[in-house]
Amino acid sequence: MNNYSRRDFMKWAGAASVFSAMGWPLGALAKMGRSAAKVVVIGGGYGGATCAKYIRKMAPGIEVTLIEQNKRYTTCPFSNTVIGGLKKIEDITHGYDNLRNRHGVNVIHDIAEEVNPAKKVVKLKGGAKLEYDKLIMSPGIEFMWGKIEGYDQAASEVMPHAWKAGPQTTLLRAKIEAMRDGGTVIIAAPANPFRCPPGPYERASLVANYLKKHKPKSKVIVLDRKDKFSKQALFVSGGEALYPGMIEWVSKSAGGTVVRVDTKAMEVENNNGFTYQGDVINVIPPHRAGTIAQRTGLADKSGWCPINQTTFESRKHKDIHIIGDSAIAGKMPKSGYAAASEGKVCAAAVVAELGGLNMPEPSYVNTCYSLVGPEYGISVAAVYRLTKKGITPVKGAGGGSPKVADSTFRNMEAVYAQGWYDSTVADMFR
Amino acid sequence: MRRSIVTRFIAPLGILGIMLLPTSVSADELSRASMLSYTCAGCHGTDGISPGSIPSIGCKSADVIEKALKEYRSGKRFSTVMGRHVKGYTDQEIQLIAGFFGTYCNKPTKK
Ligand SMILES: Cc1cc2nc3c(=O)[nH]c(=O)nc-3n(C[C@H](O)[C@H](O)[C@H](O)COP(=O)(O)OP(=O)(O)OC[C@H]3O[C@@H](n4cnc5c(N)ncnc54)[C@H](O)[C@@H]3O)c2cc1C
Repeated sequence: MNNYSRRDFMKWAGAASVFSAMGWPLGALAKMGRSAAKVVVIGGGYGGATCAKYIRKMAPGIEVTLIEQNKRYTTCPFSNTVIGGLKKIEDITHGYDNLRNRHGVNVIHDIAEEVNPAKKVVKLKGGAKLEYDKLIMSPGIEFMWGKIEGYDQAASEVMPHAWKAGPQTTLLRAKIEAMRDGGTVIIAAPANPFRCPPGPYERASLVANYLKKHKPKSKVIVLDRKDKFSKQALFVSGGEALYPGMIEWVSKSAGGTVVRVDTKAMEVENNNGFTYQGDVINVIPPHRAGTIAQRTGLADKSGWCPINQTTFESRKHKDIHIIGDSAIAGKMPKSGYAAASEGKVCAAAVVAELGGLNMPEPSYVNTCYSLVGPEYGISVAAVYRLTKKGITPVKGAGGGSPKVADSTFRNMEAVYAQGWYDSTVADMFR
Repeated sequence: MRRSIVTRFIAPLGILGIMLLPTSVSADELSRASMLSYTCAGCHGTDGISPGSIPSIGCKSADVIEKALKEYRSGKRFSTVMGRHVKGYTDQEIQLIAGFFGTYCNKPTKK
């Protein structure tokens, strides 16, 4: 491996970046005299922003347009630190200037309202119509309002979901801050599959961290539609070490399934007719693939979008690729890291197809950190390969943090959680 | 086994394509190496240049990276999460990743 020049190495291994260094001829090639190949990306979050950047990195000859409704993107990762009072919303909010100026992505702030898969046109709310050779969607999730009786968009102003970061995050934070000492915070967690499997439990932990310092007579109740959850043993032992007795978890079997909410009485009812009263109630409603994916007919009965596991191309419509939370990406979780990893594989697939090249064998990774406390981090990791069963974790690799570890180890993982945050954000937006 | 990039392009795009191509490069893949290495960028930063507490891996020699990865995998070297990751990679994949970052040094010009 010694003394390779980059070009020598790439001769051995082969790389798109060599082409880009030499001037990627794709724009000229793909369309033969027509203008450059056109890729439109809907959604400028972990999946879409990363994918847009990497397409430009691999093939600067391709014209990439990113449609994102918001001028700035507030990350869900680390939004639990805002809810727990450790960070401010500005700390987790980022702009699109670098994507535009440094990476040459044409960023349009508008809502993609309609896609015509036959004509290959995206219609924006503002009226513009964009043609594409390839469309990539990473629209995140859509809440299924009303699935829990009484929980609609208006109810979310009283009982915030805070499962899309932004004003909802700030609202939940404000309610917790305003709560009396001795109050109860209820978190109603959804069934699988859902966005960010460890998220509700990180939230419970960081809320407890705040309450212990400022309102020590208070408690947190997690009402769950599941009997087990991500990193469970680590969350439970961490929670017991840091906030003994403060967090109560009610599993599905124990009656954790919330079927009705009452925003006036500030109570939720479970499937046995038992009600829980809360001073602050956080309902994470059931959700499915983003609205534009639903409207384009890309989802199946499960509510999520079936895709080719290598190219992320929709199984419903040609030349539309779906990544991130909306996609059924084998065994990959609905996480930001996974969405970005999928975005890179999808970028390679799209570049390869437009350039008439073979797609390299894909490789996918997930790494998720959770904070049990500001100095107590835990993680879960997996490396994925494509098998006959779809995207599958490599056996013997990955897994969670050790169940037994000293405080230095937990502290290191808390420091790396912040590092993870900084790097994933830079990989999207810098 | 290794097909030249030219043969790859001729079939779908016809003879016109050849003139525009960097014929000196032969690519077995649209880079298996880059596909493997891009997954590292999530934590280690784009091109392996980390903006935060996680160590950068870009601009290090391939030897150093390969040795470190193998030691993380065997447990000889302490890690929090790297050992769990590297167990998912074969020796050849480790070489590809090490070679990618070892020959890639793309320091950002400015913030
Ligand atoms: C509390 C919480 C904590 C989390 N913590 C972590 C963590 O620590 N690590 C981790 O890896 N993941 C975490 N996640 C999960 C992560 O946030 C998601 O998996 C990730 O955001 C998915 O990326 P995406 O691209 O699919 O969707 P998003 O990031 O939601 O991006 C979708 C974007 O598309 C835009 N959009 C949608 N439809 C349209 C349209 N029609 N027109 C224009 N724009 C549109 C939206 O405005 C949005 O910006 C967490 C989630 C939550 C809720």
